[in-house]
Amino acid sequence: MKKSIKLILAVCVVGLVSAFTLKPTAEYAGYNIGDIVEDFKLKNIDGEMVSLSDYEDELGVIVTFTCNTCPYAVAYEDRIIALDKKYADKGYPVVAIMPNDTSVKPDDDLSSMKKRAEEKGFTFPYLIDAKQDVYPKFGATKTPHVFVLDRTEAGFVVSYIGAIDNNYKDASAVTTKYVENAVDALIAGTPIKETETKAIGCSIKVAN
Amino acid sequence: MKLKLIFIVFFALISCKKEAQANKETNKKEAATVNKTSEALEVYDFNGLEKFLNFKDDKTYVVNFWATWCAPCVKELPYFEQLNEAYKDKSVEVLLVSLDFPHQYDTKLKPFIKEHKLKSKVLVLDDADMNTWIPKVNENWSGSIPATLIYNKNKKLFFEQSFNFEELENELKPFLN
Repeated sequence: MKKSIKLILAVCVVGLVSAFTLKPTAEYAGYNIGDIVEDFKLKNIDGEMVSLSDYEDELGVIVTFTCNTCPYAVAYEDRIIALDKKYADKGYPVVAIMPNDTSVKPDDDLSSMKKRAEEKGFTFPYLIDAKQDVYPKFGATKTPHVFVLDRTEAGFVVSYIGAIDNNYKDASAVTTKYVENAVDALIAGTPIKETETKAIGCSIKVAN
Repeated sequence: MKLKLIFIVFFALISCKKEAQANKETNKKEAATVNKTSEALEVYDFNGLEKFLNFKDDKTYVVNFWATWCAPCVKELPYFEQLNEAYKDKSVEVLLVSLDFPHQYDTKLKPFIKEHKLKSKVLVLDDADMNTWIPKVNENWSGSIPATLIYNKNKKLFFEQSFNFEELENELKPFLN
Protein backbone atom coordinates (compact mmCIF):
# COMPACT_ATOMS: atom_id res chain seq x y z
CA MET A 1 0.00 0.00 0.00
CA LYS A 2 2.64 2.42 1.11
CA LYS A 3 4.73 1.47 -1.87
CA SER A 4 1.94 2.12 -4.33
CA ILE A 5 1.33 5.58 -2.89
CA LYS A 6 5.00 6.32 -3.33
CA LEU A 7 4.79 5.16 -6.90
CA ILE A 8 1.73 7.27 -7.62
CA LEU A 9 3.40 10.23 -6.00
CA ALA A 10 6.42 9.73 -8.20
CA VAL A 11 4.19 9.60 -11.28
CA CYS A 12 2.50 12.73 -10.10
CA VAL A 13 5.79 14.57 -9.60
CA VAL A 14 7.06 13.52 -13.01
CA GLY A 15 3.79 14.61 -14.54
CA LEU A 16 3.83 17.93 -12.80
CA VAL A 17 7.42 18.63 -13.71
CA SER A 18 6.85 17.86 -17.37
CA ALA A 19 3.65 19.87 -17.35
CA PHE A 20 5.58 22.88 -16.23
CA THR A 21 8.57 22.61 -18.52
CA LEU A 22 6.55 24.26 -21.26
CA LYS A 23 5.06 26.88 -19.02
CA PRO A 24 3.94 29.89 -20.99
CA THR A 25 5.41 33.27 -20.08
CA ALA A 26 8.25 31.86 -18.07
CA GLU A 27 8.83 33.66 -14.86
CA TYR A 28 12.38 34.78 -14.48
CA ALA A 29 14.03 34.02 -11.28
CA GLY A 30 16.75 36.44 -10.48
CA TYR A 31 17.23 39.77 -8.82
CA ASN A 32 14.51 42.32 -8.58
CA ILE A 33 14.96 46.02 -8.01
CA GLY A 34 16.09 46.50 -4.41
CA ASP A 35 17.68 43.06 -4.02
CA ILE A 36 21.18 42.67 -2.61
CA VAL A 37 23.59 41.09 -5.10
CA GLU A 38 25.62 38.09 -4.01
CA ASP A 39 29.36 38.34 -4.58
CA PHE A 40 30.71 36.64 -7.69
CA LYS A 41 34.20 35.78 -8.88
CA LEU A 42 34.82 35.35 -12.60
CA LYS A 43 37.81 35.13 -14.92
CA ASN A 44 38.75 38.25 -16.83
CA ILE A 45 40.25 38.24 -20.34
CA ASP A 46 43.69 38.86 -18.78
CA GLY A 47 43.39 35.60 -16.84
CA GLU A 48 42.93 37.34 -13.48
CA MET A 49 39.89 36.67 -11.33
CA VAL A 50 37.58 39.62 -10.68
CA SER A 51 35.03 39.76 -7.85
CA LEU A 52 32.19 42.14 -7.22
CA SER A 53 33.74 42.62 -3.78
CA ASP A 54 36.80 44.15 -5.52
CA TYR A 55 34.52 47.15 -6.11
CA GLU A 56 33.80 47.93 -2.48
CA ASP A 57 35.51 51.30 -2.77
CA GLU A 58 33.25 52.35 -5.63
CA LEU A 59 29.79 53.88 -5.33
CA GLY A 60 28.36 51.16 -7.53
CA VAL A 61 28.89 49.07 -10.65
CA ILE A 62 27.24 48.96 -14.08
CA VAL A 63 27.06 45.20 -14.66
CA THR A 64 26.54 44.55 -18.37
CA PHE A 65 25.86 41.11 -19.83
CA THR A 66 27.20 41.22 -23.36
CA CYS A 67 29.03 39.07 -25.90
CA ASN A 68 30.90 39.16 -29.19
CA THR A 69 28.34 37.32 -31.29
CA CYS A 70 25.02 39.08 -30.75
CA PRO A 71 24.34 41.88 -33.25
CA TYR A 72 22.46 43.87 -30.62
CA ALA A 73 25.37 43.56 -28.20
CA VAL A 74 27.78 44.59 -30.94
CA ALA A 75 25.55 47.57 -31.79
CA TYR A 76 25.95 48.72 -28.19
CA GLU A 77 29.71 48.15 -27.73
CA ASP A 78 30.66 51.77 -28.31
CA ARG A 79 27.95 52.93 -25.95
CA ILE A 80 29.12 50.52 -23.24
CA ILE A 81 32.63 51.92 -23.60
CA ALA A 82 31.18 55.44 -23.41
CA LEU A 83 29.32 54.55 -20.21
CA ASP A 84 32.54 53.40 -18.57
CA LYS A 85 34.41 56.50 -19.71
CA LYS A 86 31.69 58.75 -18.36
CA TYR A 87 30.96 57.00 -15.08
CA ALA A 88 34.10 55.13 -13.94
CA ASP A 89 35.57 58.34 -12.56
CA LYS A 90 32.28 59.15 -10.90
CA GLY A 91 32.31 55.89 -8.99
CA TYR A 92 30.20 53.70 -11.28
CA PRO A 93 32.52 51.65 -13.52
CA VAL A 94 31.33 49.08 -16.05
CA VAL A 95 31.90 45.36 -15.48
CA ALA A 96 31.03 43.33 -18.58
CA ILE A 97 30.13 39.64 -18.31
CA MET A 98 29.91 37.20 -21.23
CA PRO A 99 27.24 34.62 -20.27
CA ASN A 100 27.07 32.31 -23.33
CA ASP A 101 28.12 28.68 -23.45
CA THR A 102 31.21 28.76 -25.66
CA SER A 103 30.55 25.31 -27.13
CA VAL A 104 27.38 26.81 -28.65
CA LYS A 105 29.08 30.11 -29.50
CA PRO A 106 32.80 29.40 -30.07
CA ASP A 107 33.35 33.02 -31.08
CA ASP A 108 32.52 34.00 -27.51
CA ASP A 109 35.40 32.05 -25.96
CA LEU A 110 37.97 33.75 -23.79
CA SER A 111 40.54 34.30 -26.54
CA SER A 112 37.87 35.75 -28.88
CA MET A 113 36.66 37.96 -26.03
CA LYS A 114 40.20 39.15 -25.47
CA LYS A 115 40.63 39.89 -29.17
CA ARG A 116 37.38 41.82 -29.37
CA ALA A 117 38.17 43.81 -26.22
CA GLU A 118 41.54 44.78 -27.69
CA GLU A 119 40.03 45.75 -31.04
CA LYS A 120 37.42 47.91 -29.40
CA GLY A 121 39.63 49.19 -26.60
CA PHE A 122 37.48 48.04 -23.70
CA THR A 123 38.41 50.07 -20.63
CA PHE A 124 36.66 47.67 -18.25
CA PRO A 125 36.93 44.00 -17.29
CA TYR A 126 35.29 41.55 -19.69
CA LEU A 127 34.54 38.49 -17.60
CA ILE A 128 33.42 35.05 -18.66
CA ASP A 129 30.61 33.29 -16.77
CA ALA A 130 32.23 29.98 -17.65
CA LYS A 131 30.08 27.89 -15.29
CA GLN A 132 27.00 29.87 -16.26
CA ASP A 133 26.05 30.23 -12.62
CA VAL A 134 26.19 34.01 -12.32
CA TYR A 135 23.81 35.19 -15.04
CA PRO A 136 20.88 33.10 -13.67
CA LYS A 137 21.30 34.76 -10.27
CA PHE A 138 20.88 38.11 -11.94
CA GLY A 139 18.02 36.79 -14.01
CA ALA A 140 19.77 37.98 -17.18
CA THR A 141 18.05 36.49 -20.23
CA LYS A 142 19.81 38.12 -23.14
CA THR A 143 22.68 40.23 -24.39
CA PRO A 144 22.90 43.12 -23.89
CA HIS A 145 21.24 43.22 -20.47
CA VAL A 146 22.30 45.83 -17.93
CA PHE A 147 22.07 45.82 -14.13
CA VAL A 148 23.04 49.03 -12.35
CA LEU A 149 24.19 48.27 -8.81
CA ASP A 150 24.40 50.81 -6.03
CA ARG A 151 26.67 50.12 -3.08
CA THR A 152 25.02 50.54 0.29
CA GLU A 153 26.00 49.45 3.79
CA ALA A 154 24.03 46.26 3.25
CA GLY A 155 25.84 45.51 -0.02
CA PHE A 156 25.35 46.12 -3.73
CA VAL A 157 21.69 46.86 -4.40
CA VAL A 158 20.05 46.32 -7.81
CA SER A 159 18.83 49.77 -8.84
CA TYR A 160 18.12 49.45 -12.54
CA ILE A 161 17.52 46.50 -14.90
CA GLY A 162 17.19 46.63 -18.66
CA ALA A 163 18.31 48.41 -21.78
CA ILE A 164 21.02 51.02 -22.27
CA ASP A 165 18.84 53.44 -24.21
CA ASN A 166 15.81 53.57 -26.49
CA ASN A 167 17.38 53.21 -29.93
CA TYR A 168 19.59 50.23 -30.75
CA LYS A 169 19.98 51.26 -34.38
CA ASP A 170 21.23 54.75 -34.11
CA ALA A 171 23.00 56.19 -31.08
CA SER A 172 22.41 59.70 -32.40
CA ALA A 173 18.64 59.12 -32.53
CA VAL A 174 18.43 58.09 -28.87
CA THR A 175 15.96 60.18 -26.91
CA THR A 176 16.15 58.42 -23.53
CA LYS A 177 19.37 57.12 -22.02
CA TYR A 178 17.98 54.74 -19.41
CA VAL A 179 21.27 53.68 -17.83
CA GLU A 180 22.68 57.21 -17.73
CA ASN A 181 19.46 58.49 -16.21
CA ALA A 182 19.63 55.77 -13.56
CA VAL A 183 23.27 56.42 -12.66
CA ASP A 184 22.76 60.20 -12.71
CA ALA A 185 19.87 59.77 -10.30
CA LEU A 186 22.02 57.60 -7.99
CA ILE A 187 24.78 60.22 -8.06
CA ALA A 188 22.28 63.00 -7.37
CA GLY A 189 20.56 60.97 -4.68
CA THR A 190 17.21 61.27 -6.40
CA PRO A 191 14.77 58.44 -7.25
CA ILE A 192 15.32 56.62 -10.55
CA LYS A 193 12.36 57.36 -12.81
CA GLU A 194 12.48 54.19 -14.90
CA THR A 195 13.95 51.29 -12.94
CA GLU A 196 13.15 48.60 -15.50
CA THR A 197 13.06 48.68 -19.30
CA LYS A 198 12.72 46.10 -22.06
CA ALA A 199 14.73 45.63 -25.22
CA ILE A 200 15.26 42.95 -27.83
CA GLY A 201 18.40 40.93 -27.38
CA CYS A 202 19.91 37.54 -28.18
CA SER A 203 18.90 34.82 -25.77
CA ILE A 204 21.78 33.63 -23.58
CA LYS A 205 23.08 30.43 -25.12
CA VAL A 206 23.21 27.21 -23.13
CA ALA A 207 24.36 23.79 -24.30
CA ASN A 208 21.57 21.30 -24.96
CA MET B 1 -7.01 7.26 3.09
CA LYS B 2 -8.78 6.00 0.01
CA LEU B 3 -9.97 9.48 -0.79
CA LYS B 4 -6.47 10.83 -0.57
CA LEU B 5 -5.26 8.17 -2.98
CA ILE B 6 -7.97 9.01 -5.50
CA PHE B 7 -7.04 12.64 -5.19
CA ILE B 8 -3.39 11.91 -5.91
CA VAL B 9 -4.21 9.71 -8.88
CA PHE B 10 -6.47 12.44 -10.20
CA PHE B 11 -3.67 14.95 -10.09
CA ALA B 12 -1.20 12.55 -11.61
CA LEU B 13 -3.59 12.02 -14.49
CA ILE B 14 -4.16 15.70 -15.03
CA SER B 15 -0.47 16.42 -15.13
CA CYS B 16 0.08 13.64 -17.60
CA LYS B 17 -2.61 14.79 -19.96
CA LYS B 18 -0.19 17.04 -21.72
CA GLU B 19 2.02 14.14 -22.73
CA ALA B 20 -0.94 12.08 -23.85
CA GLN B 21 -1.92 14.71 -26.33
CA ALA B 22 1.47 14.66 -27.91
CA ASN B 23 2.98 12.45 -30.54
CA LYS B 24 0.39 12.80 -33.21
CA GLU B 25 2.07 11.99 -36.43
CA THR B 26 2.04 14.67 -39.01
CA ASN B 27 3.15 14.12 -42.48
CA LYS B 28 5.56 16.57 -43.83
CA LYS B 29 4.10 17.32 -47.19
CA GLU B 30 6.61 18.33 -49.69
CA ALA B 31 4.80 21.06 -51.47
CA ALA B 32 6.02 21.34 -54.99
CA THR B 33 4.74 24.85 -55.35
CA VAL B 34 6.97 27.42 -56.85
CA ASN B 35 8.55 29.84 -54.46
CA LYS B 36 7.03 33.23 -54.94
CA THR B 37 9.12 35.40 -52.68
CA SER B 38 8.28 38.90 -53.52
CA GLU B 39 11.14 41.33 -53.67
CA ALA B 40 9.25 43.74 -51.46
CA LEU B 41 9.15 43.17 -47.72
CA GLU B 42 6.20 44.13 -45.55
CA VAL B 43 7.88 46.44 -43.07
CA TYR B 44 5.93 47.88 -40.14
CA ASP B 45 6.49 49.92 -37.04
CA PHE B 46 4.71 48.54 -33.99
CA ASN B 47 1.56 50.55 -34.63
CA GLY B 48 1.37 48.93 -38.02
CA LEU B 49 2.17 45.46 -36.73
CA GLU B 50 -0.28 45.53 -33.84
CA LYS B 51 -3.27 44.49 -35.92
CA PHE B 52 -1.55 41.21 -36.78
CA LEU B 53 -1.40 40.42 -33.07
CA ASN B 54 -5.06 41.14 -32.46
CA PHE B 55 -7.17 39.64 -35.24
CA LYS B 56 -10.66 38.74 -34.05
CA ASP B 57 -11.58 36.33 -36.83
CA ASP B 58 -11.99 32.56 -36.53
CA LYS B 59 -8.36 31.71 -37.19
CA THR B 60 -5.67 30.80 -34.71
CA TYR B 61 -2.45 32.71 -35.28
CA VAL B 62 1.02 31.52 -34.41
CA VAL B 63 3.28 34.56 -34.38
CA ASN B 64 7.00 33.89 -34.18
CA PHE B 65 9.49 36.70 -33.50
CA TRP B 66 12.79 35.84 -35.13
CA ALA B 67 15.79 37.18 -37.03
CA THR B 68 18.27 35.70 -39.48
CA TRP B 69 21.10 36.49 -37.05
CA CYS B 70 19.41 34.55 -34.22
CA ALA B 71 20.71 30.96 -34.40
CA PRO B 72 18.02 29.31 -32.23
CA CYS B 73 15.37 31.17 -34.27
CA VAL B 74 16.73 29.85 -37.54
CA LYS B 75 16.90 26.37 -36.04
CA GLU B 76 13.21 26.34 -35.11
CA LEU B 77 11.88 28.05 -38.27
CA PRO B 78 11.34 24.75 -40.12
CA TYR B 79 8.93 23.66 -37.35
CA PHE B 80 6.86 26.80 -37.83
CA GLU B 81 6.85 26.20 -41.55
CA GLN B 82 5.83 22.61 -40.95
CA LEU B 83 3.06 23.74 -38.61
CA ASN B 84 1.78 26.25 -41.12
CA GLU B 85 1.60 23.55 -43.75
CA ALA B 86 0.09 20.86 -41.54
CA TYR B 87 -2.60 23.07 -40.01
CA LYS B 88 -3.52 25.43 -42.79
CA ASP B 89 -6.74 23.49 -43.35
CA LYS B 90 -7.59 23.92 -39.69
CA SER B 91 -7.73 27.70 -39.74
CA VAL B 92 -4.22 28.16 -38.44
CA GLU B 93 -1.87 30.76 -39.84
CA VAL B 94 1.79 31.20 -38.99
CA LEU B 95 3.18 34.74 -39.09
CA LEU B 96 6.95 35.16 -39.00
CA VAL B 97 7.87 38.57 -37.60
CA SER B 98 11.45 39.35 -38.50
CA LEU B 99 13.49 41.66 -36.27
CA ASP B 100 16.35 41.86 -38.71
CA PHE B 101 18.30 45.08 -38.92
CA PRO B 102 17.12 47.41 -41.72
CA HIS B 103 20.61 47.59 -43.25
CA GLN B 104 20.47 43.82 -43.70
CA TYR B 105 17.08 43.54 -45.39
CA ASP B 106 18.66 43.21 -48.81
CA THR B 107 21.86 41.44 -47.83
CA LYS B 108 20.50 38.94 -45.29
CA LEU B 109 16.74 38.81 -44.92
CA LYS B 110 15.58 38.70 -48.53
CA PRO B 111 18.17 36.10 -49.55
CA PHE B 112 17.22 34.03 -46.48
CA ILE B 113 13.52 34.05 -47.34
CA LYS B 114 14.35 33.05 -50.87
CA GLU B 115 16.89 30.40 -49.99
CA HIS B 116 14.67 28.73 -47.39
CA LYS B 117 11.58 29.12 -49.53
CA LEU B 118 9.56 30.39 -46.59
CA LYS B 119 5.86 29.91 -47.20
CA SER B 120 4.53 31.38 -43.99
CA LYS B 121 3.79 35.07 -44.17
CA VAL B 122 6.85 37.13 -43.25
CA LEU B 123 6.34 40.51 -41.63
CA VAL B 124 9.20 42.80 -40.70
CA LEU B 125 9.12 44.88 -37.54
CA ASP B 126 11.28 47.98 -37.57
CA ASP B 127 10.67 49.94 -34.40
CA ALA B 128 13.65 51.00 -32.33
CA ASP B 129 11.66 52.12 -29.30
CA MET B 130 11.54 48.61 -27.92
CA ASN B 131 10.70 49.45 -24.33
CA THR B 132 7.40 50.83 -25.60
CA TRP B 133 6.29 47.93 -27.75
CA ILE B 134 7.77 44.82 -26.09
CA PRO B 135 5.35 44.98 -23.11
CA LYS B 136 2.47 45.43 -25.56
CA VAL B 137 3.25 42.03 -27.08
CA ASN B 138 3.45 40.52 -23.61
CA GLU B 139 4.22 42.19 -20.31
CA ASN B 140 6.45 39.30 -19.22
CA TRP B 141 8.63 39.31 -22.33
CA SER B 142 12.17 40.26 -21.36
CA GLY B 143 12.99 40.87 -25.02
CA SER B 144 15.05 37.83 -25.92
CA ILE B 145 14.27 35.96 -29.12
CA PRO B 146 13.04 33.49 -30.20
CA ALA B 147 9.63 34.34 -28.80
CA THR B 148 6.23 33.11 -29.90
CA LEU B 149 2.66 34.23 -29.46
CA ILE B 150 -0.26 31.87 -30.10
CA TYR B 151 -3.67 33.46 -30.12
CA ASN B 152 -7.20 33.44 -31.37
CA LYS B 153 -10.16 35.63 -30.51
CA ASN B 154 -10.65 33.77 -27.23
CA LYS B 155 -7.21 33.40 -25.77
CA LYS B 156 -3.56 34.25 -26.03
CA LEU B 157 -0.39 32.51 -24.86
CA PHE B 158 3.15 33.84 -24.99
CA PHE B 159 6.39 31.85 -24.94
CA GLU B 160 9.91 33.20 -24.56
CA GLN B 161 11.65 29.96 -25.57
CA SER B 162 12.63 27.69 -28.45
CA PHE B 163 10.27 25.06 -29.81
CA ASN B 164 10.43 21.76 -31.63
CA PHE B 165 7.51 20.65 -33.77
CA GLU B 166 5.93 18.45 -31.15
CA GLU B 167 6.02 21.14 -28.51
CA LEU B 168 4.51 23.62 -30.92
CA GLU B 169 1.72 21.24 -31.81
CA ASN B 170 1.00 20.59 -28.15
CA GLU B 171 0.62 24.28 -27.46
CA LEU B 172 -1.46 24.86 -30.58
CA LYS B 173 -3.95 22.03 -30.10
CA PRO B 174 -5.89 23.45 -27.14
CA PHE B 175 -6.66 26.48 -29.33
CA LEU B 176 -8.36 24.31 -31.91
CA ASN B 177 -10.92 22.72 -29.63
